[in-house]
Parts: sequence; structure tokens; C-alpha cells
Amino acid sequence: MGLPNDTDSKLAAYAHPKRLVTTEWLAQHLGDNGLVVVESDEDVLLYDTGHIPGAVKVDWHTELNDPVTRDYVDGERFAQICGERGITRDTTVVFYGDRNNWWATYALWVFSLFGHADVRILDGGRAKWVAENREMTTEQPKPTAVDYPVVERDDTKIRAFKEQVLAHLGLDTSKKALVDVRSPGEYSGELLHMPDYPQEGAVRGGHIPGAASVPWARAAAEDATFKPRAELEAIYQQEQGLSSADDVIAYCRIGERSSHTWFVLTHLLGFSKVRNYDGSWTEWGNSVRVPIVQGSERGSA
Amino acid sequence: MTATLPPQLAELVDDFAGVGPKDRLQLLLELSMELPALPERYADAADTMEQVHECQSPLFLAVEVDPDAERRVHLFFSAPPEAPTTRGFASIMHTGLDGETAADVLAVPDDFYTALGLGEAVSPLRLRGMAAMLARIKNQVRAATAT
Repeated sequence: MGLPNDTDSKLAAYAHPKRLVTTEWLAQHLGDNGLVVVESDEDVLLYDTGHIPGAVKVDWHTELNDPVTRDYVDGERFAQICGERGITRDTTVVFYGDRNNWWATYALWVFSLFGHADVRILDGGRAKWVAENREMTTEQPKPTAVDYPVVERDDTKIRAFKEQVLAHLGLDTSKKALVDVRSPGEYSGELLHMPDYPQEGAVRGGHIPGAASVPWARAAAEDATFKPRAELEAIYQQEQGLSSADDVIAYCRIGERSSHTWFVLTHLLGFSKVRNYDGSWTEWGNSVRVPIVQGSERGSA
Repeated sequence: MTATLPPQLAELVDDFAGVGPKDRLQLLLELSMELPALPERYADAADTMEQVHECQSPLFLAVEVDPDAERRVHLFFSAPPEAPTTRGFASIMHTGLDGETAADVLAVPDDFYTALGLGEAVSPLRLRGMAAMLARIKNQVRAATAT
């Protein structure tokens, strides 16, 4: 089952080449049985202004988040979201979106919590597709509803909670890594109080002790594709000293930018244990008596 | 609820409140397409316009207040086409407040946008961009009318 992999040579260099497809591959496979293309954007209206023909929309905020509890949707709701979009458990799902696929990787990460096997990202996302003058339409697809099984979400492998981050602080430094993917100003703690506006913010600024500062978008090239493997290794491994055997936790403010880094470390560089801490700074920076480091140094707990 | 809103804004609020969440999104999309382009005199001035950092996408805002006794407010916005939600919010402000007097603009309740019922369709988080936009407009109106 599932569609063939894209054998493009740039993709082949990544740890899990099957997790990406090129715009050319997608253009050739649009409409294939067993494929559903999902657009996931920061802007909730962008899909409606035009999208890849046949693509359905999944909104990270109004659809993947539980509307009441700060959590993701449950298995029942997830099954409904998939089923009404024509996604079965065996469907190859290709995600794409705006802003260097920031939200597409977030959606992919949530699908991965539910163990959906064949999930892929369109390298370059919406921007590259548009830049290549490929077909876009405002026509809404009308997928035939299908059955998607109710699967329990697995929060143990790729998701981290605050208690686990606290425990992680006590691990041997040679075996662990924390990656803060926010902007340098958020990392140092300077950026917090915004005039006139409460933000989705935190009462304390800074970062989790020991965290490396690697703003998420450093993994993206000018054309919104992922940088080639060697360039990514130069950033995460050579420059930042992370190792593929490390127990890694990535975080940002609410866990969306860090899902992009989670994708890069897991699927492009082949790190074996990477978790996304979706509580991120809006939880940590508001928590009582958790350790925080301010300034540009990593610091320690 | 809409008693203290300028008439155009009150009408928009009624339009939004009168339809379901999906149609509200459609309405916002239509409004996003109606946002007027910047006038010539602002064409090169996008960097001098105030940026509302809280919006998820860049939005530039300029406010002019007539020097006469009525002190009518004129609003100018610029936001990229790939940010239709931000454009939609700006268009609500433009449709609802452009040409109103400074006093009437300042009297708009800061939380008026909750009555649009967009929380479910757009998410409360995104709606904060609109709250920030109104706050910036009011600040500029206050600054312009302070003397």
C-alpha cells in the first residue's frame, strides 16, 4: 500500500528520504488513489484563497487542538477529521503549507502521535509550488467520507511533558540535549513584554537551562525547502554539538516551531530519540520554581 | 451590545453574528479581498508605517486625523496577500471605522471583536491580532488629537 517514494537525489541523502516529496513528484501523482494532500497554514484563510488541486485543509488551531483542554484532539475526533477528508489508515498523506512548512510539520507531528504511518512533507511547501507557477485552484474538493479507525494517541515517544523535561535536566549532559528554537530575543529573555498586548505570553523570560539556541528557520533554505543534509549537519551537529544518539527535547512557545525542528532532527538527520515539548515556553515560563537561564549562554540547572 | 459601535462596524458585527462559523470565515475572506490598496503617498512609506508585531503576519498601519473640528479618522493598511486573515481583520477596521470621528473610534469597546463570533472559526489566539490592531489605532488617534 501507499505511493512509491520520491527518488530525488537531494532527498536521498536524508536519513528518512521517504518522508519528503518534491513538487515535481507531487505534480505527477496528484489524483492518484491512496494519496491525500493536506494544506496546513498559519493563516486560517490562506487555503481558501487558492490551493493545490484536490488538497484538503487541516487547521492546526481550530482542528488539531482540543477546544477546551490544552491538548490535542482525541482518537475519536482525529478519526473524524481523517475520515471526512477521505484519509484511511493506509493513505499516503502529503502535507504542505506556508512559512517554510512550519504548520505542515506541526500537522505531520500530530498525525504521528496517532501513528499514521505514511506521512510526508512537500519540500518547499506552498511557496515553492506557487513560485514554480504550478496549478492552484479555489475549488473545494468533495472527498467521499471513509472510515478511519479510532486510534489512541501515543504521547510517550515524540511528545514531552513538563515533568519529563524536569527529569531530563538531571540526565548526564553527554547523553542529552535541549533545543530552543525560538528567536534569540526570546531565548535570552529580552523579548517578553509587548506594548499594549498580553501576548500568548509568559510571566518570566529566558530559556530552559542547558538549551541550545537554534532558531527553527535556520533549517530552511531561501526557497522554503529544507537545507541539504550536509548543511543541516553543520548546524545541529558540528556547530551545536548535538549527536544523533542524544535524548533530545525541542521546544518553542507552544510547540509549533519546534515540531519543524523535531522533523529535521528525526527524519532528515536520523536522530533516534527526539521529543517535542508542546507545553513549551508558555508553560515553562509560567511555572512556579522551575529553573530558568537568562542571557545568551546555555547555562545549567 | 452594539449600541456604542459606529454604524458600519455595528452592521459588520450583525453580519458576522447572523451566520454560522463556516460562513463567518467566508465573510472574512471576502472582506480580505476588499481591503483598499495604499494611496500613492504611502506607496514608498511602508517602512515608516507602524508595524503591529502582535499580528502573526506583518501588517502596516497608518492613521490620519482631519485637522478640522470633526476630527475624522482615516485608516491605511497594508498586508501581504499571503496573509488573508490579517487583511480581513484590517478590512473590518477599515470598513467599520474609516471616516468616523476620533471620539467615536476611541469609544469602540476594546473587546468589540468578541461579538463577531470568530473565536470558533479563527481561534481566540489569532483574534488577538485584531485586539492589537484596535489598540494601535486608538493610540495613534490619541496621539494625533492630544494637541
